[in-house]
Amino acid sequence: MQFTINGQPYQAEADIRTSLLDLLREHLSLTGSKKGCDHGQCGACTVLVNGRRINACLTLAVMHQDDDIVTIEGLGSPNKLHPLQAAFVKHDGFQCGYCTPGQICSAVGMLDEVEKGWPSHVSATLNDPDFTDEEIRERMSGNICRCSAYPNIVDAIREVADAREPVRAEAAE
Amino acid sequence: MTTNALRMDKPVEESLLDTGVQGIIGKGIERIDGPLKVAGQATYSAEYEFPDLAYGFLVRAPFAAGTITAIDAEGAKALPGVVDVVVDLKTFIRNPQQGGETGAPTQGVKDVAYFGEPVAIVVADSFEVARDAAQLVSIRYEPTAGVYTFDDHVDDAIKPPPGSMPPYHQQGDLEKAMAEAAFTVDNVWRTPSQNSAAMEPHASIAVWDDDGLTLYGSLQMPSSDKQQLAKSLGERQSKVRVVARYIGGGFGSKLGISPDTVATAIAAKAVGRPVKTVMTRQQVFDATVRRSNTQQRFRLAADAEGRLTGIGHETLCSNLPGEGYFEPAGQATQFLYGGENRIIKHDLVELNRTLSGSMRAPGEAVGLLAQENAMDELAEAIGIDPVELRRRNDPAKDPQKDVPYSTRSLTRCLDAGAKAFGWEQRNRTPGGRREGDWLIGQGMAATTRTNMLQPSEAQVSIGPDGRALVETDMTDIGTGTYTILAQIAGEILGLPVERVAVHLGDTNTPPGAGSGGSWGAGSSGSSVYLAAQALRDKLAKAMGVDADEMTLKDGHAIAGNRRVAIGELVGDGITATGSIEPGKQEQETTQASYGAHFCEVKVHAVTGEVRVTRWHATFEAGRILNRQTARSQCIGGIVFGIGTALTEELVHDDRDGRIVNHDLAEYHVPAHADIPPMDIVFLDDRDPHANPLQAKGIGELGIGGAGAAVTNAIYNATGVRVRDYPATLDKLLEGLPAV
Ligand code: FES
Ligand code: FES
Repeated sequence: MQFTINGQPYQAEADIRTSLLDLLREHLSLTGSKKGCDHGQCGACTVLVNGRRINACLTLAVMHQDDDIVTIEGLGSPNKLHPLQAAFVKHDGFQCGYCTPGQICSAVGMLDEVEKGWPSHVSATLNDPDFTDEEIRERMSGNICRCSAYPNIVDAIREVADAREPVRAEAAE
Repeated sequence: MTTNALRMDKPVEESLLDTGVQGIIGKGIERIDGPLKVAGQATYSAEYEFPDLAYGFLVRAPFAAGTITAIDAEGAKALPGVVDVVVDLKTFIRNPQQGGETGAPTQGVKDVAYFGEPVAIVVADSFEVARDAAQLVSIRYEPTAGVYTFDDHVDDAIKPPPGSMPPYHQQGDLEKAMAEAAFTVDNVWRTPSQNSAAMEPHASIAVWDDDGLTLYGSLQMPSSDKQQLAKSLGERQSKVRVVARYIGGGFGSKLGISPDTVATAIAAKAVGRPVKTVMTRQQVFDATVRRSNTQQRFRLAADAEGRLTGIGHETLCSNLPGEGYFEPAGQATQFLYGGENRIIKHDLVELNRTLSGSMRAPGEAVGLLAQENAMDELAEAIGIDPVELRRRNDPAKDPQKDVPYSTRSLTRCLDAGAKAFGWEQRNRTPGGRREGDWLIGQGMAATTRTNMLQPSEAQVSIGPDGRALVETDMTDIGTGTYTILAQIAGEILGLPVERVAVHLGDTNTPPGAGSGGSWGAGSSGSSVYLAAQALRDKLAKAMGVDADEMTLKDGHAIAGNRRVAIGELVGDGITATGSIEPGKQEQETTQASYGAHFCEVKVHAVTGEVRVTRWHATFEAGRILNRQTARSQCIGGIVFGIGTALTEELVHDDRDGRIVNHDLAEYHVPAHADIPPMDIVFLDDRDPHANPLQAKGIGELGIGGAGAAVTNAIYNATGVRVRDYPATLDKLLEGLPAV
């Protein structure tokens, strides 16, 4: 099989039972994506597939022929952090760090959903809802953090989202 | 090499952290391990690579009590890719070890004691094959009679051996105090079994070579874990090394070695290859450790002014036969409030259920639910402000031990917290405030956490490049250890944190305290302090002055008219070891951190759904080493408390004790949407009796009382008292005010 991961072409042979998460972690040395439950219950494995956030433990590797996959390693590196990664450090949006790659990938996907104007369970309107902190909390609730960095994660996402606001306004025009 | 050792027999009145001029201690400096963690580059225990690595998968007993007569692994072994099925009924451990123990945990799995006990391990070339093969192993057994239900066996409860506190304490005459009191409370609280649910499952990689075993494990206390592992395997300690550089949360569940640790080591030796075993989430729930369920009778006796004359706290909890560990629910009851007539008791019901052990704030986390709910009930009975009731019962000295408090800040926290929250504007009539479909209520509770010091060592060196290196097998489980150790060394040695490297979690370095019991920062930090102090003396000697005449700042030593780069003073490099151990201060003073929670909830008037909408907490824990990581620790504790109050409950099947809801979809820990913004304030203080840092533990301070603040607020909102945790909506519905 072949796919693009973090902009690089990859070839791999996978057992048909191998999840996308195990492919990344056990076969491709991309251990930034974490396994917290293997059942789609925690969000630690969140990666971006063709731009959308997805639980990598809930999808089989063989389903991703030719897909474009972005993991935490593809967003930034310790010396060149993605704005969300930097905001997580600044706001202490983590403690043990184990849920963190999933939170950050999820936030990237989530902000894109917001930019597209998708509503959530707490949105007052179906079209281009206001992006309140309540929206962040609702939309990030698939990512559990047992260390409970939640308020700091919201602060980190808020800061990055506000910095991007002009982009969003343009997109809406 | 120089060793600077200190036993805390006397208070340390002057701390180098106050005389240092680098100006980094206490600041909310970003975590030095942060960039690695957010970039997915921090290496957790299952993420080390080895050629020829094989995968282990635990095989578990599909029954709760019985004796294994045969294990048939032929089908599994026949599967392509299976390397072996390793059975060692004598050496496998029955359950995890408790934290800090130096012996093996209960060993031998022929006689199964709880549902899902690991009894064998499949080793295969891939994870998928190992998992598949484990389903093909069949276990034959003779069933034995198990004891599964708590309520039916409370009369068989036994007195456990002493743990972190004596199981029983009695003074004065509580019955008489209750009979003569102007006001009393006498109720029973129940709390369910809970699971720490750290996001990283327990995991082990075992590698054997000529030097012995290296175990990469998700373990909070490597130095004692190494001893436990060596004892379990019958190896000499010098032949076992434990590595735990990054740990994806622990909260007590990784204090001692767990069944995967020993099984993986045995398997790796048997197959002659490195083996990696990661527990599934279900295995973590079933076969690691839970916080025991409790049943607590709590009594308060007070005079007409609301001064306590008596306290009774009698707790029943459960554990596996022979384990002895009890949930010390009466921990805070010993010293938080006055009252001369006292009974504190803990009894243990032996059940065939998953091991009970430490989970964040063992004791206070559930004991303060009962105590702080009872105080709320007493305040209402007397008709006074619950804050005022607590102020009136803030004693001048420890009411049981009759020794002074090292420092005491309960009233200060209560007053500051009440003001910051706006407690004066609270709703005063239970069920009296409604906004649309929601009933609004406010609640408060006090918290405290005993401060502990553990023996701890660290080595600090400075190289010719003027950079420092801190080494100890202490761990950072999310607590911020990497960062605060760099801050302590940097403050004393005059180095910015960028010039201090910290290497943790490797038993080839000096034995640290490990992470647990909120003792990590105080204990490990003190060892770093002492090592840095010795290096400071060496630098002064090289400068030809007394240490007190020299200033260390920004990598330079300054004395007289000279300013010399530190790297130029150290030759090929200098090294010192710091070593701290508890001493007389532990007996001569009662040391604890304090705090006060204030929160607001809304309860849906029709469905009983509870949302926490606002939170303020004021804490005092001596010197705060890093405001940002300290705040995060406190928030983490409070969120655990909210989970305890509202959702967290392990359900045991009455027929075999098994945990029915053994995953994160059914065991409900708080999610983003459940948590409001948190306002956290620290009262800056110093505790010279605690350690040279004058800092006290903070990791478990937030959880204490947090759940009680929520249920007190629920009462205020609805008029419904919930004493059976968690306060799910079914427990509220019947008592809600008429719509
Ligand atoms: S590991 Fe995929 S959701 Fe938990
Ligand atoms: S940082 Fe530990 S689980 Fe989120």
